[in-house]
Amino acid sequence: MAIGKAVRRVDAIAKVTGRARYTDDYFRPGMLVAKYLRSTIAHGRVKKIDTRRAQRLPGVEAVFTYEDVPPIKFATAGHPYALDPAHQDVQDRLLLTRHVRYWGDEIAVVVAENDLIVQEALELIDVAYEEYSPLVTPEAALAAGAFEIHAGSNNVVGESCYAVGGNIEEALAQADVVLEGRYRTQICQHCHIENHIALAYMDDLEHIVVVSSTQIPHIVRRIVGQALGLPCGRIRVVKPYIGGGFGNKQDVILEPMVAFLTLQLGGRPVKMHLSREEGMIGTRVRHPFTTQMRAGVMQNGTLVALDIDALSNSGAYASHGHAVAGAAGARSRALYPRTAINYHAKTVYTNIPAAGAMRAYGAPQMMFAVDCMIEEAARRIGMDPVEFRLKNVARQGDVDPLTGEGFESCGLAECLQRGKALIQWDAKRAARPRKQTGPVRRGLGVACFSYATGTYPVCLEISGARIILNPDGSVHIQVGATEIGQGSDTIVAQMVAETAGIPLANVHVVSTQDTDVTPFDTGAYASRQAYVTSNAVFRAATALKAKILEHAGRMSGILPAELEITDGRIVRRDDRARKNMPLAAVALDAYYDKQRGGQLTVEVSHKTCSNAPAFGCTFVEIEVDVPLCRVQIKEIYNIHDSGIILNPLLAQGQVQGGVAMGIGAGLYEEMLIDPESGYIYNNNLLDYKVPTIMDVPDIGCAFVETFEPTSGYGNKSLGEPPIIAPPPAIRNALWDATGVKIDELPMTAHTLYKHFMKAGLL
Amino acid sequence: MKRTITCTINGKRKELTVDVRQSLLEVLREQAGLISVKQGCAVGECGACTVLIDNVPIDSCLYLAVWADGRSIRTVEGESRDGKLSRVQQAFVEAGAVQCGICTPGFVMAATAFVEKHRGRKVTRPDIRPGLAGNLCRCTGYDSIITAVQKSLDEGDEP
Repeated sequence: MAIGKAVRRVDAIAKVTGRARYTDDYFRPGMLVAKYLRSTIAHGRVKKIDTRRAQRLPGVEAVFTYEDVPPIKFATAGHPYALDPAHQDVQDRLLLTRHVRYWGDEIAVVVAENDLIVQEALELIDVAYEEYSPLVTPEAALAAGAFEIHAGSNNVVGESCYAVGGNIEEALAQADVVLEGRYRTQICQHCHIENHIALAYMDDLEHIVVVSSTQIPHIVRRIVGQALGLPCGRIRVVKPYIGGGFGNKQDVILEPMVAFLTLQLGGRPVKMHLSREEGMIGTRVRHPFTTQMRAGVMQNGTLVALDIDALSNSGAYASHGHAVAGAAGARSRALYPRTAINYHAKTVYTNIPAAGAMRAYGAPQMMFAVDCMIEEAARRIGMDPVEFRLKNVARQGDVDPLTGEGFESCGLAECLQRGKALIQWDAKRAARPRKQTGPVRRGLGVACFSYATGTYPVCLEISGARIILNPDGSVHIQVGATEIGQGSDTIVAQMVAETAGIPLANVHVVSTQDTDVTPFDTGAYASRQAYVTSNAVFRAATALKAKILEHAGRMSGILPAELEITDGRIVRRDDRARKNMPLAAVALDAYYDKQRGGQLTVEVSHKTCSNAPAFGCTFVEIEVDVPLCRVQIKEIYNIHDSGIILNPLLAQGQVQGGVAMGIGAGLYEEMLIDPESGYIYNNNLLDYKVPTIMDVPDIGCAFVETFEPTSGYGNKSLGEPPIIAPPPAIRNALWDATGVKIDELPMTAHTLYKHFMKAGLL
Repeated sequence: MKRTITCTINGKRKELTVDVRQSLLEVLREQAGLISVKQGCAVGECGACTVLIDNVPIDSCLYLAVWADGRSIRTVEGESRDGKLSRVQQAFVEAGAVQCGICTPGFVMAATAFVEKHRGRKVTRPDIRPGLAGNLCRCTGYDSIITAVQKSLDEGDEP
């Protein structure tokens, strides 16, 4: 039995010995390097570009500008393709652009022998711009008569709404208390340590091979084809180990360009490796939201109404577009399914870096707003914040009021109880004076969340698995699901071992995806893989086991139904000691016996038609130094209902990493953009404050294990959710400690100073 | 301009002809084939390229290759011997301190220097943090990395 065990990662040794190969480790002789010429203004049009001096520089192979690329607009989001044109992603990109839409937009590309020559050549290109006024904020972009960043868009990427639980105005009218709030979340960047990198070459005249650090190789293949106007069968995408993605590699960034370049350069290998400074502006960021909200609450603690209006800033290009704000809205109704909710959201274009997918896909923005409002509601009616949440959050048996899908598993209330006990909520609150006055004050905070597992029913959910029995009795399993650090390869190995009865050491996972041979799966996103892959792997492992037993039956003359595989041996069900044949003997026979021989292999493509909401909460205790405007986390716990925990060690890693990222978003991280010029101040890891080891405290985590029946192994999403609740929990603790309510992120010393001054604390 | 340098890499003497503009990171990867040395920022912010130079952790992206003349360089490739992981590597595996793995070689080297320096001393979790503050990890939240360093210090005397 392998499920539920803290088995070590299948790739851990490759990684600690430095032998794991990432895209940058795929050296090829004669590899050329390419680099973009990026705009030095945020909004405008290139009047004139002169590349002659760059082209003459020795070592430069080619220079291409917006005039040289295919006139094909394409969409970059890593979503499954939609057959319905109304649901397709917005096609607003060209490989290079003449219309500059953010500071750093891509107007030309240089290919040369090495990085130094490329850099020198870029400096030899002369560009003259016609400058437009940059529209940095949604308000500026939506102002009457504003310049259209994309012609015909009115600067709106998308807009949507839903209403559940009855008429919102009536619900608000009935409420004992009506509250209003306005919440702002900032621009965050993923800051995976491996920057975006891709290379391409051709082995013949027809096929383009792209090696890329991507979460979504099969989607990349389609989009490269679309961007270049080539059938996808001519594109092969290889995904080696990747150095983190967090959603930023659920987008197509460099792959169409390197494919275009190798096609132009006779199939020679061309690599693009973004610098950190480029990567932070030229890939994707998290959509900043401004959310206006009203809540209706009864004196007895019932939350009767939430009226939510979100404005999401997509920046210069649509990328994932309005899908993020749409998904964000769904989270609130899964968390408070018995409350009347009216949700409206709009996503706009502005002249800032393009936003896309980032861990938890809109949920951190929306849950921050919702949880701030919930905290205020509890305080206003004088109820304990945990009790108020317990009264209103989703329970087992609740139904998503919009889709009608029931929640088969929900342990949120137990999560809240567990967290309360871990942090000693009641005892600490009782021991503290009602109003603290000194310079250093303590506060307790809680926040909770819901998240989805996959994208059904919005998108198609297909997973693929292929298992081959090797002549030595071990198996190779190949899945379309991509390992991006979260541990999916290990989980897949555990699933096979569990179901087929093969020892974990004999389950080899093919980590690399290669679209020429890997079964189809759309990739790592939406915290979906362990869930949607579970059914494909379960079916494949079950079918392989049946084939093995059938073959063993033919070898031994015993009915397959009387046989079982245990720990890599074929045994009789009724007498496990008596008939005992190693799997290797069956495997060798299946390969080489002249009569019975035939390779034992299974391939399954599984379509998942369900979605299981995962739940959880954060409890935090902080110390606030009021004069220094500094927050120090004393204790923090994340408690998750993610169904059955497949591997406690990996699960803990997901939670701790997510909480650390949540702490970063709560206290430190923000991409700073000049509101006048669109200039970006801190696109590097020194000025953009990713938490260091000094900033992150010890992180506690706990699991309330429920069993999710729609999953092959009872599990639900866990990779993305841990990031969601820490920022609002810290904000609520800060309010608890100081009496100051901060409705914007991040809560840096700068932000605290502003609010403490306003509140008269300083 | 090229220059020839002599240095020890993972215990072996090497003679390398390098462009004077090249960083040690570039030379280790491209000439010595040591792909464990990762580039995350190229300006000394992230620590992914950490190697030990005369047993001191250094960002090899900020260190010119010519400066390595006459010095001894250690990378993660040299830490496991005879198919056996070093104590620090083993502790990283067991503590779950590895996720995407791109920061791992740098962290293992920084941790190795820390462990060698503090061997036999009583070290707490807060003591470990400053010792690894030059390395960024975006996956783990550092908790398991600190645990790995604790394990490396606790268990036995010699690997």
